[in-house]
Amino acid sequence: MCAVYHKYLRLDHLPHIWCPGCGNGIVMGAFIRAMEDLKYDQNEVVVVSGIGCSGRISGYLDFNTLHTTHGRALAFATGIKAAEPRLKIFVFMGDGDATAIGGNHLIHACRRNIDMTAIIINNCTFGMTGGQFSPMTPKGKKASTAPYGTVERNFDIPALAQAAGATLVARVGIYQVNLLRELIVKASHHKGFALLEVISQCPVNYGRRNQMGDPAEMLEDQKGIIKSAGLGQGLENYFGQIFQSEQPEFIEEYNKMIVQAQKKGGCDV
Amino acid sequence: MAKGKHKLHFDREKCKACGICIAFCPANVFTVDIDYCAVISSPDKCTGCRRCELYCPDYCIFVEEDYYG
Repeated sequence: MCAVYHKYLRLDHLPHIWCPGCGNGIVMGAFIRAMEDLKYDQNEVVVVSGIGCSGRISGYLDFNTLHTTHGRALAFATGIKAAEPRLKIFVFMGDGDATAIGGNHLIHACRRNIDMTAIIINNCTFGMTGGQFSPMTPKGKKASTAPYGTVERNFDIPALAQAAGATLVARVGIYQVNLLRELIVKASHHKGFALLEVISQCPVNYGRRNQMGDPAEMLEDQKGIIKSAGLGQGLENYFGQIFQSEQPEFIEEYNKMIVQAQKKGGCDV
Repeated sequence: MAKGKHKLHFDREKCKACGICIAFCPANVFTVDIDYCAVISSPDKCTGCRRCELYCPDYCIFVEEDYYG
């Protein structure tokens, strides 16, 4: 197994900059093991990431990687896929990246149903900039910009993505590392836009403000939430379930349009 | 799986002392050192469940299977 990590990581960049007990490392480990299952050529895979703690993932993984501007990871990934449809695209975003500044890109990537896998690492806060509340901070939880607790409700990403038109949507916790690996494999085989919301942890900027204990305690708490899934509202619902549907894929439709336009002898403009 | 058939590799330089492996090991293989980093104190107890390897965010623990067998 050690050899797998050596194969897919840029070892000169390690140890990574993430805080002790950060969930990003666990997600990246699961991704590496999923890549081992998928056996793609490293030159055929593109890892795109936005800004934030999760944005560092593209720097540590040894594939074709692209570290893009804040919230625009999906826009860049759409461009790559449109230019080179043979490539396998994996987009890593944080919750602030995907739902706050990149919210519009997220819903339109879902709507287009372009063939790629988006992995949203949801740690319920803007970790890198100092723990401001994000659209994914649960109501009542404290943040540096909400010292008495947030007033706003959080997004339900799988429901949002489904409504926007994504064809494979799932939520998984980092406690379910093996399930996460399976879901990444499943999502990459799926033809269309696949979105995985990974509930992660930020022990430093989120956990400490909310008295959630050390990283191990936060993981144990997540286990409790996953076990009681389906009983409560919001974050507690549907862990590990997959919502899958069949819709026309963007690149295929685009190619059909090209063939159609060529038959007519170009457009009339 | 039989006990004591696994070899644990631990990279002390990468360890950030998050304590996840210590809390998650069902066989209490690990203890802490003076810097709160994990130490493999009883490797014979390892059952090879790989929880430490799967949950380590810094990739410093690896479990080698059937090392002695």
